[in-house]
Formats: sequence, structure tokens, C-alpha cells
Amino acid sequence: MLCDECKKRPANVHITKIVNGVKSEAHLCEECAGEKGELTLFSESKFSFPSLLTGLLQTGPGIGSHVSIHDNIVDGCENCGLSFSTFANRGFLGCSECYTHFGPRLEPLIRRIHGTYQHTGKVPKRIGGTAGVMREIENLRRDLAKLVSQEKYEEAAVVRDKIKALEKRLSDEA
Amino acid sequence: MPLKDIITRTYSAWMSTEAPHTDVALSSRVRLARNLGNIPFPNQATETDLAKVVGQVVKAISRVPKLSGLEIIRLSEASALDRQVLVEKHLISPQHAQGGEMRLAIVAGDESISVMVNEEDHIRIQTLLPGFQLYEAYQLADEIDDLFESQLDYAFDERIGYLAACPTNVGTGLRVSIMVHLPALAATGHVMAVLSAVSKLGIAVRGLYGEGSEALGNMYQLSNQVTLGRSEHELIENLGAVTMQVIEQERAIRKKLMTEMREQLEDRVQRAYGILCHARLMTSQEALKLLSDAKLGAELNLIPGLSGETINELMVITQPAYLKTLAGQELDPADRDIRRATLIRERIRTGREGKEI
Repeated sequence: MLCDECKKRPANVHITKIVNGVKSEAHLCEECAGEKGELTLFSESKFSFPSLLTGLLQTGPGIGSHVSIHDNIVDGCENCGLSFSTFANRGFLGCSECYTHFGPRLEPLIRRIHGTYQHTGKVPKRIGGTAGVMREIENLRRDLAKLVSQEKYEEAAVVRDKIKALEKRLSDEA
Repeated sequence: MPLKDIITRTYSAWMSTEAPHTDVALSSRVRLARNLGNIPFPNQATETDLAKVVGQVVKAISRVPKLSGLEIIRLSEASALDRQVLVEKHLISPQHAQGGEMRLAIVAGDESISVMVNEEDHIRIQTLLPGFQLYEAYQLADEIDDLFESQLDYAFDERIGYLAACPTNVGTGLRVSIMVHLPALAATGHVMAVLSAVSKLGIAVRGLYGEGSEALGNMYQLSNQVTLGRSEHELIENLGAVTMQVIEQERAIRKKLMTEMREQLEDRVQRAYGILCHARLMTSQEALKLLSDAKLGAELNLIPGLSGETINELMVITQPAYLKTLAGQELDPADRDIRRATLIRERIRTGREGKEI
């Protein structure tokens, strides 16, 4: 068997990846595998995101019907000039403004990838302010409910006190 | 620590076996994707834009005493071979190594922290710790993130969190991953079933395979798939819980092999050890396979005097760019096989003393 990449040297590195139940195989020679980073065990998973994205945009009701990568959409992002079709082909947005500019078209895609459109994690302290504290309280309330359901009352009491302290901070700041 | 020292030192902090669950879990890694507001992402940025990012990051480091110990490496000033070694050491990605001007690698002396500047995102904070230390790795990354944030304006959206160049990373920007060594699950044909189950729980699995269906090295990386809609805590907890199950299954089978097939097991690891100690030619594939068997032997205390750390180190330094660096010259594959065999023999003989060389 010859290498998938250079088609010259014999393939002696065989890679099988399973990402979310989807299996893909590649047969490479050592040189090509090294170049592609497949021999480095700790690198990020690198299944082709653009091809997946193209698939996501083309299939499914409500998405493929009005957004297709074959549409010659010319309305680029006002900030960086990236067009939506370029994004669909490459899989990368051009700037933070793209998220606002393409918002209505990105939202269904992001929901498909992550199953949601709401961040619940860390908030930068600078931007955070009140919003950050409120988010932290929300997360703690969820933890509290979970601990109570597991009957871990001592740990729950600690979380409850944390919530109280944060709520006090909010009312003091207000 | 200067680039030259980072390149030539063979031992990295993550190779330690003084950490939880190192009998199965090799290392824990966390990556945070961050971007600066008002500057286009690297894929759409001009050289001037990229230079702005570099300027702001370098300035931030100079202003924060806790960050000033990090070594700033300008990749355009490093040789192709040095960049490849940084890849083999897992400090930068292969893509980053090929990037042009205005790409930085910012590295801590013990290699537990590395920050890539102007890779796919403006800033990628990475931490790498030995064994099962997902929380600890996150805490370290979180701390670095806070320090950068005190100086930089991150692109952040109230609704969808940290904005990344790729929508798969939006939200927390967090990718947390753990490398596990599963020789017993692989040897008994259970590994695919376990990993298929895991991949249905929002966790991506990546393995390195050899000829046919048998895995070489038996190393698998588990990582979270989504980055939005769950807190950092939840993402880490989910990966940790699933990983612990995998670890327990691997241990259960190892235990079974130890009681029911002790001779076969000992024969396999001792054969591997014998070849590693005496072979004169060694391909990278054979090395991976034998090191995996010997690692299992070390983890089950079947090979007195062989430490897991020595094996971890050998897995990195027997790779092509590293061998060239140690040799100080270009090597063709045949030369590499000789050098690799020699290096393995010497390193096993000197054992743990070798780590300071």
C-alpha cells in the first residue's frame, strides 16, 4: 500500500480516528505522517473542520435551505471583509465582529456543534463586573441543587454560604 | 531558560511518574483559546495586525512579574529543526511550526506552560502536567489567563463567551485532554468497544495505530468535544469521570492478566525489554510497540530497575527531529534506526540518572 499523501513511499503509519462515533482512516508513510503532525501524540485532534462544516451547512432542515456554500453571498463582514462563503469553505471566522455580523447564520451552526447558544463558563474580570458575579451565582445554584439531590448537605452548606456572600457583594455594589 | 537549553534537554516535567494514576494516565493537558478584540484573527490578519498582537503580548509579559520568567521564542528566528523539536516536545502544534513571521512560542522552563501566539487564535495558553491532573492543569492555565487578561482586552461576548477563530472553540475556549496508555485493553481486543462508548459521551478519542488493526504504542488521547454551554468545571468533571472509568477497566484487565496469564504477560514484557536492551537497529514503529510493552512491565513492577519516566522520555527523544538534534547532523532513516537503538540501550542502562543529561 502506498502513502495516501505522497503516493510514492510505502504507507507504514495507519491512523484510525473516531470523533463522536465517526470513524476515519488514513494510511501514510513516516515522513508524511511526521509532516502532518500525526506522529506527535499530543497534538490537537485535527479532523478536517471545514469539510465537517460544509456538511453541517448543507444538510438539515432550516439550515441548508437558506444557507449554502454555493450561494454567492457577497455581504462580507464590515470589519474584516470575510465573506460567509469563505468562512464555510475554510471553517474560520475573520474577526470577533464576524460573530455579530453573521450572527443569525452562525447561531444554528453553533447550536449544532455545541447543542446550545449560551456560554455558562468563565467571564473576564474586566468585562465581568456584575454580569460575572451573577453568572457565578447561577453556576453555584446549580451545584447546590446537585449536592442537595446527592444528599451531600455539608458541602451544600459551603456552597450556600458562597452564594450568600456573592449576593451581598452584588447588593453592596448596587 | 534559553531556546537552546529547552531543545537539548531531554527530560520534561510531564514525564514524571510522581503524580496520580500514572500507571495508566500519562499526562493531562489544558488549552485555552483567546483572542484580542479589534484585531482580525490570524487567518484574516495582515502582518501589521499580527505584529500588534505580538507587541501587546510581549508588553503584557514585561508588566506582570509572574509572567516574566517565561521564555519568549520568535519562531522565525528558530531553525526548522528546532521548531520540529518543539513540536515533538508538544510545546507547539505542527501548524504553528510552519507559520511565518510574528509567531511566538512562550515557554516555561519546565515546559509545563506554553503559549502560542498567532496560531489559529491570537493566544493559546497550554499547560501540561504528568498523570491525571486535569483540575491542576486547568488551575494553572486559568491563572496564566487571568494574568494576561489583566493587561489585554479579550474578545468576549456576553452570550457566547470567548470568541475563537473557529466556532468549535467558542464559549470557554477550553480543550482539556488526557493521554492514556491502554495496552491490556488493546491486547484483549476490548479497546475499540471502550473507546466507541466513550466517543458517544461528548468525548473525542484519538489514537495512533500501526499495521493492521493492532495499535502501536497503545496511546490514546481523550478530550472534550464541545466548549460552549457548560462551565469549565463541568467539562473537566465529565472528562475526568469518563477517563476514570477507562482507567479502572484497564486496571481490571491488567489484574486479570496478572493472575490468569502471568507467564504470557511476563514473557511479552520481558521480550520487549530484552530487545530494547540489545537491539542494534530500531525503527520508530518497533520502538513504539516495544516501549509500550516495557511500559506495561514497568507499571506492573515486572521489570526491576526500569522506571516509567525513562520510557516516557524515550517516547519523545526517539522521534526523528530529536534524534537529529542529539546527533547534531542530518540523518537518513537507516542512520536514525542505528541512533535510536543506541539511544534506547544507553538510556535504559543509565536509567533515572540519565534525566539530567
